[in-house]
Order: sequence, then structure tokens, then C-alpha cells
Amino acid sequence: MLGKLSWSDIPLHDPIIMGALGSSTIGAIALLGLVTYKKWWGYLWNEWFTTVDHKKIGIMYIILAGVMMLRGFADAVMMRAQQAIAAGGNEGYLTSHHFDQVFGAHGTIMIIFVAMPFIIGLMNIIVPLQIGARDVAFPVMNSVSFYLTVAGAGLMMISLGVGEFANTGWTGLAPLFEKEFNPGVGVDYWAWAFQLSGMGTLLGGINFVVTILKMRAPGMSLMKMPLFTWTSLTSSVLIIFSFPVITGALTLLTLDRYLGMHFFTNDMGGNMMMWNNLFWMWGHPEVYIVILPAFGIFSEVVATFSSKRLFAYKSLVWATAVIMILSFTVWLHHFFTMGNTVNVNVFFGITTMLIAIPTGVKVYDWLFTMYRGRIRFTSPMYWTLGFLTAFVIGGMTGVLMAIPGADYVVHNSVFLVAHYHNMLIPGALFGYFAGFSYWFPKMFGFKLDEKWGKRAFWGWMIGFLVAFMPLYAVGFMGMPRRAAHYDDLSWQPYMITAAIGTAIVGLGIACQVIQIVVSIRKRESLVDATGDAWDGRTLEWATASPPAEYNFAVVPVVGDLDAFWEMKENGTAYKHYPVYADIQMPKNQPYGVIIGGLALAFGFAMIWYIWWLAIASLIGIIATIIISGSNDNDGYLIPASEVKRVEDLRFDRMKQAAKEEENEKSSKEEVYEYSDKNN
Amino acid sequence: MSNHTHTEVAGAAHTGVKSYIIGFVLAVAFTLISFAFVMMEEVPKKVAFIGLSIAALMQMLVHLRYFLHLDRSKAQRWNVVFIAFTAVLVFIFVGGTIWVMVTLNSRMM
Repeated sequence: MLGKLSWSDIPLHDPIIMGALGSSTIGAIALLGLVTYKKWWGYLWNEWFTTVDHKKIGIMYIILAGVMMLRGFADAVMMRAQQAIAAGGNEGYLTSHHFDQVFGAHGTIMIIFVAMPFIIGLMNIIVPLQIGARDVAFPVMNSVSFYLTVAGAGLMMISLGVGEFANTGWTGLAPLFEKEFNPGVGVDYWAWAFQLSGMGTLLGGINFVVTILKMRAPGMSLMKMPLFTWTSLTSSVLIIFSFPVITGALTLLTLDRYLGMHFFTNDMGGNMMMWNNLFWMWGHPEVYIVILPAFGIFSEVVATFSSKRLFAYKSLVWATAVIMILSFTVWLHHFFTMGNTVNVNVFFGITTMLIAIPTGVKVYDWLFTMYRGRIRFTSPMYWTLGFLTAFVIGGMTGVLMAIPGADYVVHNSVFLVAHYHNMLIPGALFGYFAGFSYWFPKMFGFKLDEKWGKRAFWGWMIGFLVAFMPLYAVGFMGMPRRAAHYDDLSWQPYMITAAIGTAIVGLGIACQVIQIVVSIRKRESLVDATGDAWDGRTLEWATASPPAEYNFAVVPVVGDLDAFWEMKENGTAYKHYPVYADIQMPKNQPYGVIIGGLALAFGFAMIWYIWWLAIASLIGIIATIIISGSNDNDGYLIPASEVKRVEDLRFDRMKQAAKEEENEKSSKEEVYEYSDKNN
Repeated sequence: MSNHTHTEVAGAAHTGVKSYIIGFVLAVAFTLISFAFVMMEEVPKKVAFIGLSIAALMQMLVHLRYFLHLDRSKAQRWNVVFIAFTAVLVFIFVGGTIWVMVTLNSRMM
């Protein structure tokens, strides 16, 4: 009935796991209790869970990423604490089997369940607004994408308390992950969590390519698209072409593990290097999937806060496109040490170095955009400047490792760990944070508190440097990655420093949590009634904050790259029309929740060999797809009168806010005059 | 939903019976040619292999042209771009994999 599952699979004997499980279970029960007590279920179901509104789906993506980031960071703290103490005679507080699971979970969570949902969430919220669309091309599929990612994240969380997680790293370690060496459920948890969210991402990629290519506002040619839309497009193209590879590779692994086949085994004709080949054929484009949209965010932030047009927009677009194509040609640099011929290694070494050229072009474009601009040092700008300085160091270590000979020295050392954290934390994560605080007023109608935002930046920036610079040094000294214990005591001071750095990052995260709480409490004073919180340049600022369900009451006509800036210059911005037209919008649908729930059940059933449940949930998924496909979803009409009511309200609020500002200014002047007289 | 206004009805003009019949005849022809290469024992293996590959490629092009209605019209432009990009990537992925895997053991000999 329950397959392999039994009570002994819940690790009751391990105080660390039980502590984590206990606290997260109590948290979950408290949350569910609160929602029930406040009778929020109906509201959540109708307004959020079944929504097909891209803005709400995007916000849910970002919440998922935030929750998973806390879990992934907890894993990071565990690893750093272990490596700070487990030297020489001290074995540390984690068994090596547990440590192996922790680094696998950390990597999987941070890439698949933090970076991906965070950036897809931002794309969801912003891309349709930037191109003047009312929603994405396939709104229901968008909801399905989200819930497949949630299902994968759910499997990750279940693996914490039921069974175990993979001890083979986030990249999978052939042939260690084969049934012969790894008979437990850990690898299956990893594979199915990966597989489900990968399917969701693939659907999302298709959605965004179609949205961007087909639904742009009139007048917006490709070369008038804002850079974040461009990078979202290239990132989606990368998703479409690379994710099928990992889906296929994971399917082959599943065949190996479930049906005794031999794709990645050592014997019977299998080839373990084929796994590395396929994994990195996806894995390297994946790096650019998460980093290119961040480059887009930096471009928007730099232009807005320098109050200047982007420097050499066209070269930025072409650099993005070149990176997109080159990223498919470098995968072998992840395994130079497989011992292939010189020709193979040199080819992939050169293609890797080539990527530094378009990336360097981008860095110069951002610098020249700032040059002689009137820079406003807001927190999004802080993240951008932090990125520019730190990212260049990471880029240089990357070019160093692109030399196969040098790579042989540092391969699988913590130098590599330092390198890719140096790329992904400043490159991707700082970009997402910049985008989050830049677009937060667009999502919720009020700005984030700047003071706590800057504190969070310093926590992250200093913490990152203290945590990862020592890893470069100790990597050169020969410390291998993924070590649960080491004998060389000269490494320990570096690892203790790194642990301190992680604690400083922890302070940064604490500041971010405080920032959100403080901003919500002070939202009256942080409110932005105009919809244009930062004197922005692109179309998303032309509409209200938060935008009405239909985004734009009248679809805008685009005449320039900085479309909204041009409207402000021409005096055509904030047009208050006397008459509006009816607007057709898609209806909410429960299919996403249903398919996600069934996918979670399917994944769990496959992991534990509960065949009846696997078959039932698979049939359920197929049936749901057929039902949703045969349902004529014509959506519903928002009558013109309702549009007019919402728009009138917006313009009233805007006038009110402008008046208040005026009053504030004049009252301040009065105070000055008064104090002048007294003097 | 705005689908109605934004998506052109792809290839609606090309769905005539004529193009399906041409496509069907060509597809059957390339299938028969493929069978012929395998079944005629006097054809050398190397020739049969190359012939089969060409027939398979032509088969794909016939399907794209006559069944999926890819052509040079404006409505089809993005589909053509994506198919071309797919071809490039298949070349990189498959070609790269063959190169890497075939040379894998060359330093062991």
C-alpha cells in the first residue's frame, strides 16, 4: 500500500533533522491556523491560488523563492559551521553522510528553487508591463508552470523529514547516483524535484518567448524593447533549448534506477562521462538563464538612476545575443579533467574565454551610462555598484579557469566554489535584489525602506567578501570542495573566516526581513500614488502602482526605446481619457493547483514506489489537461464603466498626492520663514 | 483573452488539399527509397547509410514544408528562425557529444 515507506524512514534519532523538521512543521501549522482563524481561505483561493494574473503569479514565485532561500541559507550555515570546526582530530557535528546531503540540498535549492523562481517571478511581473501587454500569452499555462515548481519545492521540503536527500551533490555524481551504490530514496528525491520544476520552467520559457514576440504594444520593434525584456527573451530561449536536455538526462537516469538500464553505469556499455556531458549541456546555459535577466535589471536600474539613456543600447542587445549562443558551446569546461585530447580542451577553453568579451562590453556600457549622469544612490543602485565591483573579480577567476592547464590545478577545489559563488551572488542574486527593491513599488504601491535596504546591502556585500575570498586562497592551498572533514590544520583559519562571513550575510538577510516589516508598517509614508516611483524610463512606470488587473486601460503606442520617458518629455504621459473601451481578461482557473498537487503526489509516489498512487495521479494529470483544454475559456469582460471608475480613482489619488506634496512644501517654507524671523 | 487579437492564424492560406497530397506523395516516396536502400542487397552498406541519412533529412524537410506549412511568409518568420536555431543547436549538441565521446579514451592508448 505504501511502497517502501515505513515509520523507520523518519529520522527520529537525529536531533538536528528533527529540530529543523519540528520548527518548520510548527511554523507551517501556525500559518495554516492563522489563515483558518482569520477565514482567509476563500480569499486566498479566489484571489491568489487560482489566479492567472501574471502579476500575482509573479509575486507568489518571489514568495516561494524567499522561503526557499531561508532553507538554502540554513544549509549554507550548517556547511560553514561544520568546515570551521571539523579539522584534525575534531570530526565536527555532522556525519559525512549528512554533510553530503546538505551540500546537495543547498545547491539544488539555491539554483532550482531560489534563483529560478525569483527571476521567473520578476519576469512575470515586469515583462508584460514593459511591453504594454495585458497578460502573458498563455495565462493558465503560467499558473501550471508555477505549481509544478511548487511541487518540486514541496518534494525538497518533504525530503527533510521523510527519508533522505541525495548525497551526490546538486549536479549528480555518476556513477555514484546509480541504484547499485545509492539504493536509498535520496537520489530519487533530487531527480523528481528537479524533473517537476524543470517541466514547469520549460512551459514558462515557451510562454515568455511567445509573449515577447507576439504581444508587444504597437510601435515597439525588437530594437525598442527595454533591456530587461531582451534579456528575458534570451533567457527564455535558453530555457526552451536547454531544459529538454536535462529532462532527457534525468529520464535516462530514472530508467537506470527504476528499470535496471545502463546509461550512466560503469559496466554493460554505460558511460558515466555521458552524464557529465548531458548535465552540463543544460547546466552551462542554465547559468546564463539565471544571470542574463539580472544583467537586464542592472541595465534598467543604471539608466533610471543615472537619469540617462542606456549607453550603447545596441551593443548591449548584441552582447546579450552573443552570450546566449556562446553559452551553448562551452559545457565541457566543467570537466576538462576527464582527460580528453588537447584539441577538445583547447576548443572549449577558447569558447569559454570568448564569453568574457560580450560580458566585458556590458560592464563598460553600464559604467559609461553612469559617466556624467546625475546618479541617485538608492538601494537598487547600491546592489548594482556592488555587483560591478565584485563580479569583475569572479569573471577574472573564470577566465583563469578557462585555461585547461590551470583548471587541472584548481578543479574540484574550493577555488571553484569561490568562483561560482562570486558569479552567482553578485551577478544573479544582487541583480534580483536590485530588481526587487526597484520594482517593489510597482508590485505593491509603496517603496521599500531605504535605510534597511542599504544595511542589507552592506551585510550581503561584506559578508560575501569575507565568506568567499578566503576560499580562493584555501583553494590554491589544495582544499577540495565538499569535504566533511580535513586534516590540514593550516586551512582552518580560512574556514573560520568564511564562517564569520556567512554570519555577516545572515545579518544582511535579517536586515531584508526587517526592511519588509518596517516598510509595511510605514507604508503610508512610503506610498507612491503616481505609479512612477523613480522617475522611470520604460513602460511599466506608465501605469498605476500596483497596476489594475488589465495593466493598461488603453494600450500605449511606443515611439522610442525609453517609451515612458519620451511620453513625459512630449507631455503625453498620464493621459486621462474621458471614454474607455471594454476589456477582455482571462478567468481564474483551478487547473494549475490541481496539476501541481497531482504532480507532487506523483513524484512522492515514484520516490517511494507507491505504484497505485503514481498511476492514479498520472491519470489525474492527463485528465486535467484534457478537461482544461476542452474548456472554452473565453474569459470575461470588464465593462468600460468599470475601467473608467478604476482610472478615475487613480487620477484622483494622483491629484490628491500632488496637492499634499504642495502643501507640505509650502508648510515647510512657512516654518523656515518663521524661524528666520525668530533669528 | 487578447490571444484573439495578437496571434495570426498561422499558415491558414496554405492548408489546401493540394499541398497535403504533394506532401503525402513525397513522404511515401522517401519512405520507399529508404526501404529500397535496406532491402536491395546489392547496394553497399556505406552507400545505403548515406542514402538513408539523406532520405531521412528530406523526409523532415517535406514534413516541415507541406505538413507544418513552414515557408518564407511573414507569419512564419519566427517559426523558421526557431527551426533554424534548433538545427544549429542539434548540430552543436549531437556533433559535440560525438566528438567528446569518441575521443574520450584517446589518451589511454
